[in-house]
Amino acid sequence: MSTLAIILTVAPLAAYAVIVFFTSRWKALSAGIAIAATGTSLALSIWLLLGMIGDPTPVHVSMSWLSIPHLGGIRGLDISMGVLVDPLSSLMMTIVSFVAFLVMVYSLGYMKGDEGFSRYFAYLGLFTFSMLGLVIADNYFQTFVFWELVGLSSYLLIGFWRLKDSAAEASKKAFVTNRWGDFGFLVGILLLFTIFGTFDFAVLAKEIPAYEHLGLIALIAVLVFTGPMGKSAQVPFHVWLPDAMEGPTPVSALIHAATMVAAGVYLVARGFVLFQSVPQVMELIAWIGGFTAIFAALIALVQRDIKRILAYSTLSQLGYMFLALGAGSMSAGMFHLTTHAFFKALLFLGAGSVIHALHEQDIFRMGGLSKKMPVTTWTFVIGSLSLAGLFPLAGFWSKDEILLVALREGQTALFVIGLVTAFLTAFYMFRLIFTVFFGEPVPAEHGHGHQAHESPVSMTGPLVLLALLSVVAGLVGSPWWQAWFGSSFGSFIFFGEPEAPHLDLAVALPATIVAVLGIGIAWLVYGKKLVRHEALAERFRPLHTLLLNKFYIDEFYALVFKWVMMLGGRVFDWFDHRVIDGTFDGLGSATRTSGGKLRLLQTGRLQSYALVLFGAVAVAVVLVSTNLIGGFAK
Amino acid sequence: MNGLHLLPGIILAPFVAALILLFIPSTARNAIRGLALAAASCSLALATLAMFTYDNAAKGLQFVEHVPWLTTFGISLDLGVDGLSLPLVLLTAIILFAGVFVSWKLENRAKEFFTYTLLLVGGVFGVFMSTDLFVLFMFIEIAVIPKYVLISVWGSTRKDYAAMKYTLYLLSGSAIAFIGLFAVYTYVGSPHTGLGYGTFSLAELAKVNFSPEFQKWAFLAMLVGFGVLVPIFPLHRWTPDGHSAAPTTISMLLAGVIMKLGGYAIIRVGLGFFPMGAQYWAPVVAILAAINVIYIAFVALVQKDMKFVVANSSISHMGFVLLGIASMNAVSLSGAAAQMFAHGIMAALFFALVGQVYDKAHTRNIADFGGLAKYMPRTSAAFLVVGLASLGLPGLFNFVPEFTVFAGSIQRFTVITIVSVFSVVVTAIYVLWVYQRVFFGPANERWAGLPDAKGVELVPIVLLGGVLLVLGVWPGPFMDMVSGGIMPIVGRIVSAPMGGIF
Amino acid sequence: MIGLTHYLILAALLFSIGLLGAIAKRNAISVFMGIELMLNSVNINFVAFNHFLHPQFLAGQAFAIFVIVVAAAEVSVGLAIILALYRRRANTGVDELDLLKW
Repeated sequence: MSTLAIILTVAPLAAYAVIVFFTSRWKALSAGIAIAATGTSLALSIWLLLGMIGDPTPVHVSMSWLSIPHLGGIRGLDISMGVLVDPLSSLMMTIVSFVAFLVMVYSLGYMKGDEGFSRYFAYLGLFTFSMLGLVIADNYFQTFVFWELVGLSSYLLIGFWRLKDSAAEASKKAFVTNRWGDFGFLVGILLLFTIFGTFDFAVLAKEIPAYEHLGLIALIAVLVFTGPMGKSAQVPFHVWLPDAMEGPTPVSALIHAATMVAAGVYLVARGFVLFQSVPQVMELIAWIGGFTAIFAALIALVQRDIKRILAYSTLSQLGYMFLALGAGSMSAGMFHLTTHAFFKALLFLGAGSVIHALHEQDIFRMGGLSKKMPVTTWTFVIGSLSLAGLFPLAGFWSKDEILLVALREGQTALFVIGLVTAFLTAFYMFRLIFTVFFGEPVPAEHGHGHQAHESPVSMTGPLVLLALLSVVAGLVGSPWWQAWFGSSFGSFIFFGEPEAPHLDLAVALPATIVAVLGIGIAWLVYGKKLVRHEALAERFRPLHTLLLNKFYIDEFYALVFKWVMMLGGRVFDWFDHRVIDGTFDGLGSATRTSGGKLRLLQTGRLQSYALVLFGAVAVAVVLVSTNLIGGFAK
Repeated sequence: MNGLHLLPGIILAPFVAALILLFIPSTARNAIRGLALAAASCSLALATLAMFTYDNAAKGLQFVEHVPWLTTFGISLDLGVDGLSLPLVLLTAIILFAGVFVSWKLENRAKEFFTYTLLLVGGVFGVFMSTDLFVLFMFIEIAVIPKYVLISVWGSTRKDYAAMKYTLYLLSGSAIAFIGLFAVYTYVGSPHTGLGYGTFSLAELAKVNFSPEFQKWAFLAMLVGFGVLVPIFPLHRWTPDGHSAAPTTISMLLAGVIMKLGGYAIIRVGLGFFPMGAQYWAPVVAILAAINVIYIAFVALVQKDMKFVVANSSISHMGFVLLGIASMNAVSLSGAAAQMFAHGIMAALFFALVGQVYDKAHTRNIADFGGLAKYMPRTSAAFLVVGLASLGLPGLFNFVPEFTVFAGSIQRFTVITIVSVFSVVVTAIYVLWVYQRVFFGPANERWAGLPDAKGVELVPIVLLGGVLLVLGVWPGPFMDMVSGGIMPIVGRIVSAPMGGIF
Repeated sequence: MIGLTHYLILAALLFSIGLLGAIAKRNAISVFMGIELMLNSVNINFVAFNHFLHPQFLAGQAFAIFVIVVAAAEVSVGLAIILALYRRRANTGVDELDLLKW
């Protein structure tokens, strides 16, 4: 089983290497290789997942990668690379390879004619490899390694159109922002190693609860958590994700919606015991998640760029997942991750289809696409309904689960936040839908409506498949599934106790009501146009401006960068040049100057030298023969 | 121990070639560079062979040679390598080999250039191989002096100032280290404190029990003297100017190898013989290391010239070596030793690429560039690889030693280590920022004609990049060798406990 | 009775005169003569000490001979230099021979 896991991980890397070194000239061949490799991964991961459903005993192998013996009272370093196949990882690798596969197929149409076609598929292969490597990792070190590699692939893909300033800037921003998180992550695992002498998840899971210094564990947990905060773009590390939309849209679907950004959630789930052993940290995680959820949803209300709306929506949903994890339910978090992967990938790919048709991303320069692009439209609507959490679509079950957990754990405030976010989510998604797909087509001179056409099958096919999953995927976590098969998502992926799903009307009802309310209001404003949205914006001008500028966080960071980092650099540079160089150059010129002055003593007249010589001898004789400086005289 | 006489071959190849070069007319360009290449290949082949035939299980000093020289003073030409020095020998051979290709098309006084370069490299080989303290010091001088000529004749950007600065800094360091050397010789020669007869042999010196008080001052002399080479803050200022002014091959050797002489000598001599002194000064070294790492990273952030960025990043990365040295345990020291190798390869490739761009564009001013990825895809890909290595991306070798250093040093200097780890953020910022401004963004029409890397230019890229990648994916055996070389030194440290200065 | 002290005083006087000549005279020949006086005053010391302190040894007198020999050699070299200088510059003023500076 572990061999299969290794094969399915390495296959996309092989594709990457083959494309980069051999086939980059033949575009179709390159794409074929990448898709074949990912298809292999997909088939194998489904095989593994089915195996895990049959027998959920984890399979774990590892081999030594680097070892340095210990000597004295210091720990030696012992790093291994391993494969851990358990329900959690098998589920995750299936999601990853599935979405990756669909995205690659979709990209055949979307990226057609791009001069970097082969490079694009190579990068996708690299990403799939890194992500799968992250998923099968059995220890923190290996996780960190692949964590960085997904960061790299994300960097490459965001900056794919590298000759565009904005893309180059966004890719750097993504990498650097993630690095801030990774800094904490790295320090966290170093401290873990210092205390426990291992990186292994399984060993740590046994040892952490027995460790007495809770404060230290809390510190480590918070440090490790900064990694997921960076990768999953939680506040305050969220700034990179909306900018990451500079990358090709299928990439946004794969990396910045379905898989990589969920890696943070996956890591928290993987190292759950670390976080769970300190309740305050769990509280913190839940609150960061809850805050991000509502914060991003608010910003999404006023954005005009179709991809940015989806990006903020992703932030918000990731916040939901962290809320669930923080509230103590790993299965709810992972369940939402799963359903979200399907419907958010669907939404991004749908948005990609629209962009592909119009070459336009501003939703107010689109309109009435439902006639011209029916498949895109209706799959998009299904995705949005699922995202909004409408019964009985996938999003309903997972969101319901999260709200239920929040309520059960007594986090009423977070529950309310969740409800409000659900309302906002429904509203901004249907604001988008009514504006883009329904309503009046925008006149040709303003927009590009006239060019609109349905996308090719390679693009709509994945859309339909994902739409199907967005409808039914939630069922695995529903009470019905439990009734039919005697098990469900919560009894497959769990930590501690299996969680049986149940439908609590006290949660489901308000959640559905707010969602419908959100859709209804969006329809009134953007569908029926009872109120002009411009007027609304005018009415709440300060708030609108604040939201439109994303609470000025980016500006704040830019200022901090300029006035702290750059100023620091300048000051240090000045210190280097003026103070240190000044000192040493000063030493040099002091030598030179004093030499210049002293050489004047060299008159060239032998007689004066002789005079000095005899004078010195005379003085020496006098000194030596008297008691002045302790001479020989008694 | 080992029947193969590889070491004299490695070290003689460059010296002999330098000698022969003197008799070749300076117009015979092909003969000149061919000879240089032959010497470099010979050294590289033998060093590689040594690397693979080194008995990793037996550890210890191997390929030992013993030639009595100035026996009156207890000096002999002893050669031998262990897990600490053999990788550095290989590093030197690799960089020389790549460097010859980088200077392949040099027209200006090629004969003299290669002669000096080979002399320099021969000196470096000597440092890493000698097991006699005096010979080791002598070879350091041999390695340092040709640089002056190489920078001041073939350099750019304030080359006279840089060459003089470089020479004065390094010779001042040598002077201080020599004081330590003679103190050791006197101490050992005295029948009361030492052996009663003068010797420089490392094996014999190991038998001497230096008093704690003596160790304190002797280690300080080594630290300051060799610290200039590393370089250690605040003695680092020769580096940016020297690296930037030097011609490409020489920058590669300077950052790749010469800086390692300092780290190597501190570990071999400083830690090896004065463990108590080292422990006494360790907190100071750790703090200076953190300053090296972080402070210089910030300095690199605001540089406007590509080469200054790379030069400063070298100082910053050598800070990890110092941090590993300061922490003085098996893990951190293995990391420090491996970091010297990793950084050597990485810095050499970095300078080679900057040199490629500079040779074609005749400027290194970052602001002048933009969108070079369009015209120079291979160079830009290689630049990205080396940049990622520099910011410590897993999968490339530099990550491994950095992590190892951190894992070792966090156990001793927790706060200082965390401060140093922060450099992963700053490094990422300056590396990617430079990369973005030079290779990304709208293509600048001015560079439309720039040819991409091809032919001999690819040799350093493939060779150095390949080493980074292979060792990054599979560092196990390499790290075993290094830690095997470090263990005896750590053993001495462990058996000589002593408190730090504070 | 003339004792050691008288010889030493004579030698000291001779030495001082020689020193003054060597330092203060401008003419190179005069400087040279001053140096000779100094050397000879040392010879007087040698011989006097020898005679009064250890008459059984001849070390002092032997040294005096050595000094005379060295002085002779020195005179020949010195005069040759002075002669060469005079030929070149038609002048033997020491104060003008200050090229050996800076």
